[in-house]
Amino acid sequence: MNKAVVAALALPLALTGCAGKGNDATITVSAAASLTDAFTEIGEAFVQANPDTDVRFNFAGSSALAEQINAGAPVDVFAAASPAAMQVTTDTGSTSNPLTFATNSLAIAVPPGNPANIGDLSDLSNPAVTSVICDERVPCGAATEELIAATGLALTPASLEPDVRAVLAKVMADEADAGIVYRTDILAAGDQVQSVAIPDDINVRNDYWIAATTEANDAAREFVDFVLGEQGQAILRSWRFTRP
Amino acid sequence: MRRTSTPAPRFLIVLAAIALAFLLLPLIGLLLETPWRELPALLSSQAALEALRLSLVTSILAALFATILGVPLAWVLARKDFPGQRLVRGVVLLPLVLPPVVGGVTLLTAFGRRGLIGQYLYDWFGIQLPFSTAGVVMAATFVAMPFLVITVEGALRSIDTRYEQAARTLGASPRTVLLRITLPLISASVLAGVVLAWARALGEFGATITFAGNFPGVTQTLPLAVYSALEVSRDEAIALSLVLLAVSLTVLVSLRGRFLGGRS
Repeated sequence: MNKAVVAALALPLALTGCAGKGNDATITVSAAASLTDAFTEIGEAFVQANPDTDVRFNFAGSSALAEQINAGAPVDVFAAASPAAMQVTTDTGSTSNPLTFATNSLAIAVPPGNPANIGDLSDLSNPAVTSVICDERVPCGAATEELIAATGLALTPASLEPDVRAVLAKVMADEADAGIVYRTDILAAGDQVQSVAIPDDINVRNDYWIAATTEANDAAREFVDFVLGEQGQAILRSWRFTRP
Repeated sequence: MRRTSTPAPRFLIVLAAIALAFLLLPLIGLLLETPWRELPALLSSQAALEALRLSLVTSILAALFATILGVPLAWVLARKDFPGQRLVRGVVLLPLVLPPVVGGVTLLTAFGRRGLIGQYLYDWFGIQLPFSTAGVVMAATFVAMPFLVITVEGALRSIDTRYEQAARTLGASPRTVLLRITLPLISASVLAGVVLAWARALGEFGATITFAGNFPGVTQTLPLAVYSALEVSRDEAIALSLVLLAVSLTVLVSLRGRFLGGRS
């Protein structure tokens, strides 16, 4: 592995001060963007229960995180929004024994008041509607692709965003009439967006997977247990993630 | 350009070598990681070609707009005294220090469809700048114009104004003085500014993805394509980065000798 590329990929971590392996009490967690709120809260609860540890998060699209980990970024725990993204890191031996800890599904986010009168998914194939979706290369985009394929609709998105929170941001800014995000993101956005439900019979479910990296310390494994444990699961429930 | 024959202090050479190594090492790393065998296939993909075309078109347009609007601004800043001038100069240079993503957010607040001006463009004419190629050009112009303005303003301050005064006393109109005396005197600097602005526009990422979004063929320029590719295929990302590097390096090297005061 070329060191320069490793350094470039690890730069965001270095900038947030995540030195990782040196200090046993610091856990660096790379987590899918959709976990931002739930994991931030879990991190606080974990630190409260383990006062001499420190948890640092790196939230981004799962695929980018997987690439960083494979390139040697100093990460202790990886939480991915799809088994495929996790697989990328287990294949190279960077992580092992991943476990599924939550599930999610898709929803349509619209700006407050639903200015474009989005009623259901088929409205997103109207060219007059400005819609944004995730790039198919990140889990939320892959799920969106699957959803679109199942419905046979021809969507006309204006932008393919690099992670689900970028989609949400475009809807919150009222630049897009609709965006396909995770159900849980709607709650995270508060009253800045409204939701249009996607019926269960066509909706796509995605599973979240978590694993400690192979070089992680014991504290990292404790964090994984914490997420899978009662308290972590309760926090995930409160952010509307469902049990796998 | 005449070169001085003063011997260079040794520490200067050492620091210069470190500077060069710092700039070169990442490039060498990229070259070593480049999948040369798969390169033709990676680069002839439709997405790569579209991104390259879009990058060239939008960066050239951005350099053009930055010049048309930036040269007059530089002239006003260099030649006129008005209240709040220092503040204005600060504002003009702001995009240089502003994180480009923040630049994108500010563009949304002005030209987004709920923005100060954008709402009228949208409500009255149905014009929506975000998610459009025009939005890409705007984002690039926003970040690139300061480079042109400082270069040209510096040149305007350093030229000998007696030529202009002489032309005025001989009865030339202000417009004639500008076109026949001032602009020819600073032409090298204007070109340098254009090249700098173009280079900045070509590499622009943050303001573009924030303001214009990311869609192949419409708003996905090369830097955005690199970022998207990095999600899944490092080979593709590296190949695209290489194109960006090759294009910029070719233009910068070929123009440097000519216009930027290097050895010709």
